Amino acid sequence: MAVDEEALDRAFTALGDPVRRALIARLSRGEATVNELAEPFAITKQAVSRHIQVLEQAGLITRSRDGQRRPCHLVPSALEALTGWIDTYRLATERSYRRLDAVLDTLEETP
Amino acid sequence: MSTTITAQPGTPFIEVTREFAAPPSAVFRAHTDPELIVRWLGPHGMEMEIVEFDARSGGTYDYIHRDERGEYRFRGVYHTVSADRIVQTFEFLGAPGEVTLDSMALTDLGGRTRMVTHSVFPSIEARDAALESGMSRGMTESYERLDKVLAG
Repeated sequence: MAVDEEALDRAFTALGDPVRRALIARLSRGEATVNELAEPFAITKQAVSRHIQVLEQAGLITRSRDGQRRPCHLVPSALEALTGWIDTYRLATERSYRRLDAVLDTLEETP
Repeated sequence: MSTTITAQPGTPFIEVTREFAAPPSAVFRAHTDPELIVRWLGPHGMEMEIVEFDARSGGTYDYIHRDERGEYRFRGVYHTVSADRIVQTFEFLGAPGEVTLDSMALTDLGGRTRMVTHSVFPSIEARDAALESGMSRGMTESYERLDKVLAG
């Protein structure tokens, strides 16, 4: 599992920066080019490019080619693994409680 | 209505809050009737087999969660069982001696119920290990989902 640990380390390091988190938040609403991503930031396009490179190396985003455009995309499965790691205790409990919801439904039908 | 977990760093406590669309009497029954509890308690994809189940003050329980990878046995004692409160011990026989004290309280919200479960672990380390085992298990599930996506 060493590789998975390293991937997690890279992903968490990549997300330890407010600009990169903002880029991820923007990409969660749809693909965007570097120019489009750079627009809201008061930093150079080169600086944004470097942040995008870090996110790409961490496996959190990919870039495709569309004619002259090279839009960035989120890698949803990578984020799912991250949030899964953070949130699984709660999710395991929630899963159990959803089954309890279903049991309670049947109790109400036959009081 | 989703589950809220509070686990302050540096404490041996986990508090879980959840609301249910049923009155407290139904939530209570689902916790104390062995035929009902096997239908919801425990990790996803595991069968629950009851060895002993006496949900009364002073009663005991002993059950096994099982899947193709193995079985996990739990036992404990019901200290208090009343209409709006259950206090019990909880011990995973894979880590014997690490006994958790769980207090579950039901609040009537007028046809709905708020359930708060407060768990006291024997140490901060035991609490953190319980949280982490949930995490690594969930991580395995996440990667299994990722495998399916990649294979698809």
